[in-house]
Amino acid sequence: MERVPLERKVLNENARVASELRVRFTERGILCLNLISSPGSGKTTLLERTLESFPASERVALLTGDIQTENDARRLARFGFPVKQITTGGTCHLDARMIERALADWVLEDIDLLLIENVGNLVCPSSYDLGEAAKIVVLSVTEGEEKPLKYPSIFFKSELMILNKTDLLPHVPFDVAAAEQNARQIHAGIEIVRVSCMNRDGVDNWLGWLQRKRAAARLAAVSATQP
Amino acid sequence: MHEMGIANAVLDAVRVEALRFPGSHVCKVALRIGELAGVAPDSLSFCFEALVRGTEMEPLTLEIQYCPRRHQCRRCGCSFSAGIEGLPCPECGGVDSFFAGGDELEIAYLEVEDGARTAGT
Repeated sequence: MERVPLERKVLNENARVASELRVRFTERGILCLNLISSPGSGKTTLLERTLESFPASERVALLTGDIQTENDARRLARFGFPVKQITTGGTCHLDARMIERALADWVLEDIDLLLIENVGNLVCPSSYDLGEAAKIVVLSVTEGEEKPLKYPSIFFKSELMILNKTDLLPHVPFDVAAAEQNARQIHAGIEIVRVSCMNRDGVDNWLGWLQRKRAAARLAAVSATQP
Repeated sequence: MHEMGIANAVLDAVRVEALRFPGSHVCKVALRIGELAGVAPDSLSFCFEALVRGTEMEPLTLEIQYCPRRHQCRRCGCSFSAGIEGLPCPECGGVDSFFAGGDELEIAYLEVEDGARTAGT
């Protein structure tokens, strides 16, 4: 019997495609964000609030993943920006190959913000790198403040946590401070923005975060091309 | 759950690596799975066994090395298992530490039956 050390990632094919995508995005100054949450936490509505704040000239494109139906793409297409639905047909997450295929007939030079709405699931999407600059986890106040402790992987890997549906706080027993403390226990450096997509509280904070990240992505691409 | 896809990716890797050892049989594959990897070891083992059963890959066993979250203390430099509850360093009590492992999803090694030694790698 011989033991052969391998030291390779299990998902190394996904990692390879994701790193190719990341190079394509960063070279062009495209900010790619991967939004992950449980089903029904409000990812699509958050994207609607985001798109409605943009002028028509905004260079944004969206990919939205679901197991079935084109409903989300229809909701998001109303704003006139390029949107493509990825229906996974049963798979509980998006992978890098799906993103690569979805982008095949888009001209990347025409966009500088790519928003990916992952399949509603707090577990599996956390394992699959899509070439994004950052993962964003959306947690809604109807879900319980222990979610970060129960699903540590996605909170650990996300740069930003959006605490959504804050308009419902008067009606649900949700402890905001405990939820935020739990998230920071898993990931000390996680940024947190509280948002209500119904009354727009906090939406500007989210948009501000987004614009800061976009500026940083543009700057990084420009400095990379300087001799 | 995505453990079936992970199990498939492990078996793909085993198939590819097995080509390096013609005439031999890969009988074991060992994985390192961190507690932050988002993969359930029991579910993965179940999927793995289901995929291997009745194929030419039998007998093939799966070993899972579960890796707890680890931190390293910035003050005294010691590494410790951090879990998800509280992070002070068990050696010096320092609260400033950085993440040093626990999100692994890696193949550590294969075991190949005798005969592998003759293979060129």
